[in-house]
Amino acid sequence: MREIKFWRAFQEGLSEEMRRDPAILYFGEDAGGNVGGPFALAKGLQDEFGEKRVYDTPDSEAGYVGLAIGLAATGYRPVVDISFMDFTLVAIDQIVNMAAKLRYMSGGAPKALPLVIHTMAGGGRRAGAQHSQSLEAWFAHIPGLKVIAPSNPHDLKGALKSALRDDNPVIVMKHKAILGMKGEVPEGEFTVPLGKAFVKREGTDATIVAVSHMVNVSLQAAAKLQEEGISVEIVDPLSLSPLDRETIVASVRKTGRLVTVHEAWSPCGMGAEIGAVVFEECFDFLQAPLVRVASSFNPFPYSPGMEDFTIPGVPRIVEGVRKVLES
Amino acid sequence: MNVPPEKMLAMYRMMNLIRRFELRASELFRDGRFPGWIHVCVGQEASVTGACFALRPDDYICPTHRGHGQSLAKGIPPERMMAELFGKKTGTNLGRGGSMHLCDMEKGILCGVAILGDGLPMAAGAAMSAKLAGNGRVALGFFGEGASNEGIVHETMNLAALWDLPVVFFCESNQYAELSHRSAHLKVDTVAARAAGYGMPGVTVDGNDVLEVLQATSDAVGRARSGKGPTLIESVTCRLHGHYEGDPQVYRVPGDIDEWRKKDPIARLEEKLMKEGVLDAKSKETVIGEVDRTIAFAVEFAEKSPYPAPEEALELVYA
Repeated sequence: MREIKFWRAFQEGLSEEMRRDPAILYFGEDAGGNVGGPFALAKGLQDEFGEKRVYDTPDSEAGYVGLAIGLAATGYRPVVDISFMDFTLVAIDQIVNMAAKLRYMSGGAPKALPLVIHTMAGGGRRAGAQHSQSLEAWFAHIPGLKVIAPSNPHDLKGALKSALRDDNPVIVMKHKAILGMKGEVPEGEFTVPLGKAFVKREGTDATIVAVSHMVNVSLQAAAKLQEEGISVEIVDPLSLSPLDRETIVASVRKTGRLVTVHEAWSPCGMGAEIGAVVFEECFDFLQAPLVRVASSFNPFPYSPGMEDFTIPGVPRIVEGVRKVLES
Repeated sequence: MNVPPEKMLAMYRMMNLIRRFELRASELFRDGRFPGWIHVCVGQEASVTGACFALRPDDYICPTHRGHGQSLAKGIPPERMMAELFGKKTGTNLGRGGSMHLCDMEKGILCGVAILGDGLPMAAGAAMSAKLAGNGRVALGFFGEGASNEGIVHETMNLAALWDLPVVFFCESNQYAELSHRSAHLKVDTVAARAAGYGMPGVTVDGNDVLEVLQATSDAVGRARSGKGPTLIESVTCRLHGHYEGDPQVYRVPGDIDEWRKKDPIARLEEKLMKEGVLDAKSKETVIGEVDRTIAFAVEFAEKSPYPAPEEALELVYA
């Protein structure tokens, strides 16, 4: 099968859907012309779809997310680029108080609120404290929003297409470190469903549930552990909300041990939520307390050594698995 | 502005409906007949009526937390609105929204928004939708002089002006932002003056003169519909009740209610209509009788309607 890069998978998914559905509009800072946004994800989009479908917005995240909500409530399907996930906080009032609640508090009118917000998350690029955060838990906490964090080109393209066809607000979180990651993506039409988790590696001794790029780092850790005869199963939830509890619980029932891995901080993070789900649904199957691997509890520092210390890598994940296997 | 007598009478009827609905709602709330909080617009009837009567039935409005009058003037059925205040299943929002989130998409009433200024980008988005669809609709977003200090208002006005969106930003300057007089929070004399900073016209009107409001809004709507972009209208009026019902109003400027009552918008229109022979004592009685019957029916409908089943709370979270 052909291989394409993560960024290319995004572009393919977006432009295929825009060709299929004329109601899709695109908004982003610097999205116009040959620029296509700070990560060039929308490069060429305006050339193909024109100025009535692709908008270069002012630096005004709350404003254009709010505008998109009005468009979504009246029949369009806007896609909004918030270049860095840190900046979603500038618009979080519109996302949480308006997008997530509009249909509910109005009693189901409008019938749909199809709004996709895509954003770049994660550290490792020496971007400092305000351009490196993973804030998925802020949004996964809110009823009315969907949150996805695809970890590879295939899942990004397929899940993005599903998000663009969904009738709810969906936050698409992409990790900067894997923009150039290559992966197998079929040529033709396919989608990856929202709300479903995927077992990325089968194993018997422990389950790792990892978020976003940490799925890839965990796969490396699992390969290393395999050399010692330790068999790790890796579950990629992909959808952080709604969360596919069944797939996670089924894996932990099999292995009896759970390690959660994400780049967001540990307190009130997805690991805490996934751990609680496991405690609620398969406590009797657990053979050891859960281990949470996450970034150290500090803002992301600039200096390379400090940032690398902050973010979990293969050694911390290996250590986490060893710890869960101790008891 | 040459307004046909029928339209003036319709506005007179609407202003009375709003005033009497609000006074009745205030009593019902005081008597504990429905839950929550309400924010009534007594004194602002000309402002909301003049604004909405400049619109087509298929135009959009975005109401605020003080949205009863705005929604009535745009055609929300009074009995379904009252049922919503009661939290009943027959309410406009099926009991999920309450007083602050009134919605009726068939009447172009986008959901009421209770976070200051947050509804304006939605109104601008609906306007953009109309522009793209080429259906000639415009959107009018209500806000107050207190909300004018919110960042989202600035962002929205910049975007709407930049893209010539067919939207009217309608500021009801009702003298008080929550529990403070406007002078505590605004350095400028008029909110309309800020329009210059966005490259759009800004006008200030006597918000207790329904014909002046109608004229200014009609001009702004005409401008929007012809592709010339947004306008900021500041309608200067006064809310005669507190921020919420039960508000002790310790912040109130002494004597201001008496001063504003002299400028009562309904009395002013009534005097004009009487003088011009459009209204007389008998037809006034007919109008008031109709309005009172409408409100009595609304209360009866709301009281007799069932509550939603508690577990219906789980529905409509996702489409």
